Amino acid sequence: MNESVSPRGGRETRAPNTGPWVASVLVCLALWGVTYSLLPAASKALVGSLPVERTSRLGEALAFFFYDLPKVVMLLALIVFAMGIVRSFFSPERTRALLSGRREGIGNVMAAGLGTVTPFCSCSAIPLFIGFLSAGVPLGVTFSFLIAAPMVNEVALILLIGLVGWKVALTYFAFGLVIAIVSGWVIGHLKLEGWLQDWVKAIQVGGASADLPATRLTQVDRIRLGIEAVKDIVGRVWIWIVVGIALGGLIHGYMPADLMARIMGTNVWWSVPAAVVVGIPMYTNAAGVIPIVEALLSEGAALGTTLAFMMSVIALSLPEMIILRKVLTLRLIAVFVGVVGSGILAVGFLFNALYS
Amino acid sequence: MKQVKVLGSGCKRCQTTEQMVKETAARLGVDITVEKVTDYAEIAKFGIASTPGIIIDGKVVHAGGLPNEAALEGWLRQDS
Repeated sequence: MNESVSPRGGRETRAPNTGPWVASVLVCLALWGVTYSLLPAASKALVGSLPVERTSRLGEALAFFFYDLPKVVMLLALIVFAMGIVRSFFSPERTRALLSGRREGIGNVMAAGLGTVTPFCSCSAIPLFIGFLSAGVPLGVTFSFLIAAPMVNEVALILLIGLVGWKVALTYFAFGLVIAIVSGWVIGHLKLEGWLQDWVKAIQVGGASADLPATRLTQVDRIRLGIEAVKDIVGRVWIWIVVGIALGGLIHGYMPADLMARIMGTNVWWSVPAAVVVGIPMYTNAAGVIPIVEALLSEGAALGTTLAFMMSVIALSLPEMIILRKVLTLRLIAVFVGVVGSGILAVGFLFNALYS
Repeated sequence: MKQVKVLGSGCKRCQTTEQMVKETAARLGVDITVEKVTDYAEIAKFGIASTPGIIIDGKVVHAGGLPNEAALEGWLRQDS
């Protein structure tokens, strides 16, 4: 019973021939590069061959759709593969061990940073939340992780770079981390441990941490994990991207030119809180909202308002709150929404002021 | 007879994991009982931070994501 079970059944698999795997990856990367460089010409030819006037509204929408969709999917596949390999060095259990017993402050910073690289699935949010608390990770530090993990990740970063530009991408990334760090820190200082559901408090007392056998991964294992991540993530989010880009295309083609500037422009003060409120019930991930963000920005919406909208859609989602309801009391959820929402508002107003 | 527990809230991956455990055991001819643990408080007692998790005869062998097929065979073959 107390004998440790090695993940490979005690028999370490002999190192598989790494060479062919690495070579195949390099060939795939080269093919990727060639295809990517041919994309603009190919999509231009495709739209040109359609019986639609290029300058018409439908033509604009189609051009956006057929150029951006393959571009974004290709960029996504590449970054997800790379991050799949990076993530094979992390696990929620290892992250927990790193964060366990950390003080507020440095703990919040580490949690937000680790949130960007630790593999995390929203269906695992509750076990993760309880697993962190029971191992002595402070509540505020746990929140920093839970806020950063869905909001600040490679999917959001690469889609923003691909569709909007690297400056906005870095801005989003940096301020997403700041919101995760500060919100977690604030929640930690409010000392709200008493506002957890009773059964969660009971677990906290007799906390246990599983002692997982150390997994020894070979290079080939990591490449395989990268490929699996591509299959899994691209397989899940492509539909969001198609819908998002289709909506973005409609906004490009059909939105009256000055409408966006009037309702989401920099001189409309109420547009930032409105963007946050509208974003809460909208449920999509980064992949779905970023094509819309691109379209809004190019139609004259203010940067701060658009960032606020995007952060609200991703970080404050109603379905996630319903899941969290199992471990948090309504009061604590309200505090969570209030703190994170205030952070998003601040970012929105700051960027509207800086870039007006 | 090995007692296997699959921990998870009922998400798709947890169901796939349960299926994999059953199929692998049948293929290897290993006699097992499989119990699904979906209650969060119960899952928390095993001390894992990600699901699906696999417990064999009370010992945590896996947490987070689908298990590796070869590793799964190893756990099921292990003498208890």
